[in-house]
Amino acid sequence: MSEQAEQLPQSETVAAVEVLHDLLQLKRVLETALLTAAEPLPVSELKKLSDTALDNRQIEMLLEELADDWQGRGVELGRVASGWRFRAKPEMQAYLDRLNPQKTPRYSRAVLETLAIIAYHQPVTRGDIEEIRGVAVSAQILKTLEARGWVEVVGTRDTPGKPELFATTRQLLDDLNLRALQELPSLQEIGSLLEQDSAAQV
Amino acid sequence: MPLIPYALIHGEPLLELPQDLYIPPDALELVLETFQGPLDLLLYLIRKHNLDVLDIPMAELTRQYISYIDMMQKHRLELAADYLLMAAVLIEIKSRMLLPRPPRAGEESDEDPRAELMRRLLEYEQMKLAAQKLNELPQAGRDFEIVQVLIENTVRERLPEVSVEDLRLAWLGLLARAKLNTHHKVRREQLSVREQMTHILRSLQGGEFVEFGMLFDAESGVPKLIVTFIAILELAKEYLVEIQQSETLGNIYVRTSRAITAE
Repeated sequence: MSEQAEQLPQSETVAAVEVLHDLLQLKRVLETALLTAAEPLPVSELKKLSDTALDNRQIEMLLEELADDWQGRGVELGRVASGWRFRAKPEMQAYLDRLNPQKTPRYSRAVLETLAIIAYHQPVTRGDIEEIRGVAVSAQILKTLEARGWVEVVGTRDTPGKPELFATTRQLLDDLNLRALQELPSLQEIGSLLEQDSAAQV
Repeated sequence: MPLIPYALIHGEPLLELPQDLYIPPDALELVLETFQGPLDLLLYLIRKHNLDVLDIPMAELTRQYISYIDMMQKHRLELAADYLLMAAVLIEIKSRMLLPRPPRAGEESDEDPRAELMRRLLEYEQMKLAAQKLNELPQAGRDFEIVQVLIENTVRERLPEVSVEDLRLAWLGLLARAKLNTHHKVRREQLSVREQMTHILRSLQGGEFVEFGMLFDAESGVPKLIVTFIAILELAKEYLVEIQQSETLGNIYVRTSRAITAE
């Protein structure tokens, strides 16, 4: 009697240990895949790494655990628009730059304003951008943004001339470490611009 | 509200540029480029002089705007059409404000001619600030790096593996070839077949058969043995010696030819 009573839980324990072992192994595999990937990996892709069929939630839990494991390091695991990826923390940049002293060029105000208009008003035509900025938008500006992979033509507006409609890409969100457009800095309300104006008057 | 610092020269706005000071046209162009068009310039003037956006004093704003444009033109700077268009818009707004508006039935209130300009200025300012905020966001490659551990997979072309053993074998191969390539010193051995022929004839002088092996001096080295052998063949060819072998694999005997002894 005592034999049977002991044996059952024991086999259960063995099974539980095996499951735990498999999960630990999967976590290691996920970690390796993410570290070696050139692009962010979406959960749908990461699922392929599991021997057993797991649902998104289970994979995400492992990824969150993994992100916790990396806490306190110079590198962190996070989620962006295209999936999960490792990145060096921004506070490391000053040190990394010492190894690569070449200064990254900054974008002109014209490029940044154009990007902002596309990001917040998308999809927009070149005419829309010019209307807001009050000046002609040079082809070079849009080309710069397209070459960076931050904006793309998503269609044409059904008006005479069929102007191209520009929108921002996932790449922009990835590069700004954002998951969705909603995470962009919120726009300053026009009302608050007026308030600031009247405050300046006082 | 941060003002555009580029528009100031030694803390003074560019409007008060001394006329006698020569400024290279390139520099002025740069100053113009710091404004992102007429809206940006108008916003600058409004914010700088604390003008009320909701109640823009058109005469004052237009005067300042046009004086700015004039100054640009004095320096023969080709003005962008956008700037001139805006000047026309400002003057049009001011003219409409000056004209008496006949009351119209059915219309509650006349729209302020400045409303459209105000809307555009505010919309532009909103985007201008948004652009600044976007630029402040940490940016991949500029403010942080994306981590990627190098794996062999990323090497497009797989290169052959080389082990220590391969290196060892290659080295041995080299050594072997080097041996083959060593220089052989060819020395002419001063041995004469003729001389050896004489020597053999002399040892056969008795006219008796001498065992073939006895004619060779095993100690004298390979070249000498060969020369001796050739000498014997030469003697036989010239019928100076007779070579006999009575049975297969039996001893070979050599003696001087009868022709010689008979003489």
